[in-house]
Order: sequence, then C-alpha cells, then structure tokens
Amino acid sequence: MSLTPLETGLPPLEEASEVAELGSARAIEGRSPLWLALARLRTDRMAFLAAGAIILMALLAIFAPLISAATGHDPLNPNLLTGTNSFGQPLGPGQGGYILGTDNVGRDILVRIAYGARISLLVGVLSTVIASVAGTIIGVIAGYYGGWIDAVLARLMDTVLSFPYVLLAIVLASVYGPSLSLTIGVIAFFSWAAIGRIVRGQTLSLREKEYVEAARSLGAGNLRIMFVEILPNLVAPVIVLGTLLVPTAIVFEATLDYLGVGVGPPTPTWGNMLADAQGSGFQDWWFWIFPSLTLLITTLGFNLLGDSVRDALDPRTERIFAMRRKSGRGGADGADQEAEERLLGEAQPG
Amino acid sequence: MIRYIIRRVIQGVFTLWAIVSLVFLLFFVGQNDPARALAGKAATVKQVQSIRVALGLNHPVWQQYLIYLNRLIHLNLGTSYKLRESVTALIGQWVPIDIALAVGAGIIWLVLGLSIGILAARRPRSVWDRSATVFVLTGLSTPTFILGLLLLYIFFYILTTHGISIFPGAGTWTPLHVNPLQWLRDLILPWITLALITAATYARLSRSSLLDTLGEDYIRTARAKGLSERRVMYRHALRAAITPIVTQFGIDLATVLGGAIITETVFGLPGLGQNVVLAISREDLPVIQGIVLVAAAFIVAANIVVDVLYAVIDPRVRLS
Repeated sequence: MSLTPLETGLPPLEEASEVAELGSARAIEGRSPLWLALARLRTDRMAFLAAGAIILMALLAIFAPLISAATGHDPLNPNLLTGTNSFGQPLGPGQGGYILGTDNVGRDILVRIAYGARISLLVGVLSTVIASVAGTIIGVIAGYYGGWIDAVLARLMDTVLSFPYVLLAIVLASVYGPSLSLTIGVIAFFSWAAIGRIVRGQTLSLREKEYVEAARSLGAGNLRIMFVEILPNLVAPVIVLGTLLVPTAIVFEATLDYLGVGVGPPTPTWGNMLADAQGSGFQDWWFWIFPSLTLLITTLGFNLLGDSVRDALDPRTERIFAMRRKSGRGGADGADQEAEERLLGEAQPG
Repeated sequence: MIRYIIRRVIQGVFTLWAIVSLVFLLFFVGQNDPARALAGKAATVKQVQSIRVALGLNHPVWQQYLIYLNRLIHLNLGTSYKLRESVTALIGQWVPIDIALAVGAGIIWLVLGLSIGILAARRPRSVWDRSATVFVLTGLSTPTFILGLLLLYIFFYILTTHGISIFPGAGTWTPLHVNPLQWLRDLILPWITLALITAATYARLSRSSLLDTLGEDYIRTARAKGLSERRVMYRHALRAAITPIVTQFGIDLATVLGGAIITETVFGLPGLGQNVVLAISREDLPVIQGIVLVAAAFIVAANIVVDVLYAVIDPRVRLS
C-alpha cells in the first residue's frame, strides 16, 4: 500500500526526537515511571507503526474538508453526472479524477472515507472517555466504601455485562431513532462496567495500603482519599484498558451503522458505506474494500498500541522474561497477565 | 450442590424478568405505535383504533404489562403482530438455524483457538508465538461483517464468476432434512466467519492460561519425573488450564444460540438474529420480547451450567 512510508517514516522521527530531548533534560534528575514507560515504548517498533496508523487516520479526519475542497467533491451530494459512467455505474479507482473511485450515486469514496474517519474517531474516543470516567468513579466508590454500596454497584456492573448488548443497542436505536449522540451513549453504557469491575478490584486492595492509612490519620476525608490518594494509582491500568476499548467502540459503531441503527445515512461513516456497498453487489470491489481497509488499519492500530502501552507501563516485563527464559519457564502472556495483575494489584509508585 | 443450583435458577428468573421488563418499558417510553405501523399509511383513524383494540393496545400500559406477565407465566409468548402466528411456533422455526450455526462454528473455533494457543504457549516468543499474536490482534480488530463480506467476495463472487459455484451467496437457506449437502454448503461460510473472529479470543485465553499453568511447581515435578513434554502439556497443563476456556465457551455458545445477529444479516440466514432485526423495524413487540427472552435465557442457563461444570472439572472449586 502507498500508506506504508508515511506510517513508518513520519511519526517515529517526531516522537523520537521529543523523547530524546526529554531524556537529556531528565537524565540528571532521575527517571520518572512515565519516562521509563516512554523509553520502553520508544524501542517498540510495533508501537511506532501503530501510532503512525492512528496519526494518519487523525490527519485524514482533520483535513477532510480540505480533501473535499481540493478535489471539489462533496461527501453528501449524489453526483450522477460526472461521478458515474455513461451506464450510470460507479467509476473505478483513478477514473475521472477519483483516486479511490466513486460509490453507486457518484460520490467520491476518498472524501467519504475522510469524513467517516471523523465519526469513527469521535465515537471511539468520546465513548471510551465517558466509559472510563464513569467506570473509574463508580469502581472507586464501590471498592472504597464496600458494604451495601459495593453490593449494589457490583451487582449493577454484573447485570450490564450480562446484557445481550447488540440486541439492546438495536432496540434503543430503533426506539429513539438513530443518531450520533445515541450511538456514543449506547457504546459508553455497555462499556463502563468492564472498567468499573477492574477498578473496583484494584481499589479493594489499594484502600488497605499504608499511605491510605497515613492520609486518614492526617485527617483526609473519604473524597480526598479516593480521588487524591487512590486514583493516581489507577491511571496506568485505566489507560491500558482505555486504549483497548477504543477499537472495540469503533467496531461497535461500524456494526451499528451496518445494521442501519447507528448514525443514519446519508452521513458518511465507514459502516454506512459498507452497508451501501453490500446493497449494490460485489462487482465494484473498491466500493467496500477501501472503507474495510481503513477500518481495519484503525482498529489494528489501536489494538497494537494498547498491547505495547501495556508492556511499556509494566516495569518488570523484560526482567520476568529474562528470569523465565533462564529457568525454562513460559514467557510473554503469562508474564503479561501476571504483570497486569501486579500492575493492577500493586500500584505504581505514587 | 442442588441447593446452589436452585438458588442460581431463581436468580436467573429474576434477571430474565428484569430484562423483559426493560424492553417492555423502553417501547412504551419511546411512544411507538405498532397499530399505526401495521395499519399502513393510508389507514383511517378508525381502522388504526380497531387494530389497537384487537392487539390489546388500548389498555393502560400497566395493564398491558400485567397481561403480558400473566401470559409469560403460562409460557405463552403471544402472537406476532405482523406475521399473525404464535411467537413460540415462530421461534421454533428459527432456532434450528442458530443451533446449527452455534454447534458448527463452536467446534471450529474451539479446535482452532486451542491449537493456536497451545502452539504459541509451547514456544513463547518464537515465530509461532508471534504469528499467533498477529492472528489474535487481527481477529480482535476485524468486525464480523467485514470478514463475512470478504469471504462472500472471495468464495462466492470471484469463484462463481470463474465458473466454480461451490458456495452460495447470501440469502439462501436449506433445512437439513430437505437436502443435507446443500445445508452444509449454506452454512460453511457463516461458520468460518463466526469461528475465525471468536477463535482469536480462545487463542489468547488458552495461551495465557497455559503459560500460567506451565509456571506451576507440579509441572516442574512432572518434568523432573521424566515425563515426555507431550504428556506434560496435554495431561498436566492443559487439564488445569482448560477451566477459563470452558467458561468462555459456554457463554459464547449461548450468545450465538440466542441469535448471531451480524453473521445472519450478512449471509441472509433467517435465524433468531435476522428476525429480531426485522421485528424491530416492524415494531413487532411480541416477537422482539420473545427473542430477547430466549436469547437472555440461553445466557443465564449457560452461566449456571458453566459454574456447575467448573466444580466438576476443577476439584479445587467449591460451590456455595
């Protein structure tokens, strides 16, 4: 693909120099956990590739109106006059000045993909942020107070997690009419509980720590302990979970669109484009191949980055590896999982 | 054990009641009017009213709710507004497709996921392991409908245009008793679609579970006794590592049984999933309620079965 040089070339240069600067300034002061994580991330080629793909998508989303203006193609208005051939069929890639071809009503696929990136990234990031904030707050409250508050909240999280959620999402969308805000709301509603459950588990052990006791003996109130003492120790696991939640949300949004209950047509979204494409048969491959590829590159990018961030945030990944290799025991994911448990169970130095 | 099961079943009934009530409530809060939808655009006010009376929609909401619950207790799911047939009979027609989907795809994803997981866990950080990671991440990143479209494109469109028609396109379905061979051809692509996406989770789960188990002391003991690596892996490690996989399998199987909405939509299979989407667009409340209830019941039942199985497989687990 023509994307590759961009993916590999651009962002590493930028980020590497940034980290290097950071490194030389901090070298004397000692290394913060964040610095160590960044340094570990810097050596991870996969992370650069993934970040490159995500940045590419973000650029596509930001410059969508520019792409539209430069090509002179509107993302919404059908263009049967010049966007289709004399038989009224879509134009293939490269024909008539359409780089990625046109769809069944003559709209530019490239322009629509760029506008679709806006929706996908917006839904992915916004619903993840809402779900993470809600999940973290509810999880901390449940874990910190315990007792009946915990019983009620934990039960609530279990119930949300056991919903047949695609089904309920469709019911909701059909009752209230498909819209962008409803899509974000639905995705956030079915995602917060996963984060809430893990945060709750973490808080259960964090609240027994000495520094919590110390804070309490100094007269700190419950709110202060929860959100000033405990919360900073939950940042790392929540970041990891959040990064992995973004691709799930993007896939969820595309699926709702594909089923016709997401952000309704004619808004250009990747899911809507794919639903249009399936309705018009397979002979015009560019119609669905390009939106599919863009979607895949985006979700794969976030998943790869999430994996790398998880490894980077864990101070002991490499050492565990060395240890295990020496004693002939298993490696990566066992270590990953243990590491994650530890990351979750024992806080980063606060 | 018996007391535990009874308690779980009672809890499950409450969960089902909550889900069914939620769907009921949602529809009335949304102020949908199935009578108007059924009557069509040209209907007079009087016609709409008579349909409303015929469906019992003229009663206050709480009364309709009680009537509905009363019918439910007598295991009567009502009659479809649109299809004019008993919902129980309709679900009976649709569910064999989901059973066929779940069983076929379930076998494939279990075998595939476990094999990849074992392969990766045997040599961590090897080429095999890295390929397994790529498989897992791709599986997690691919929306089901894109994989379905891709398979249809390659195995239906391209093959057929080259004169090889092995796999049918979307929208064909032949019951098993009519023509077993055609039944198989209709199901292969949906099976592969569902299985490949789901297998990714199993590969990741079995790999990490196996690596955890392989680090246990009794594995070292087994190796020290001089057992073959094969015996250590399959007799000692896999047996202990299989418990989380059993849990996941039970719940995934139940989810597909309750309707594989996306796969059914892509391949046009008239199972519970496709029909619930149709029913929602038609505001056919009894059918929606029926399918949601059946889907939730599968999941609730699977949760109970899995927890009991847990205690059977793993002697360390005690039910309380």
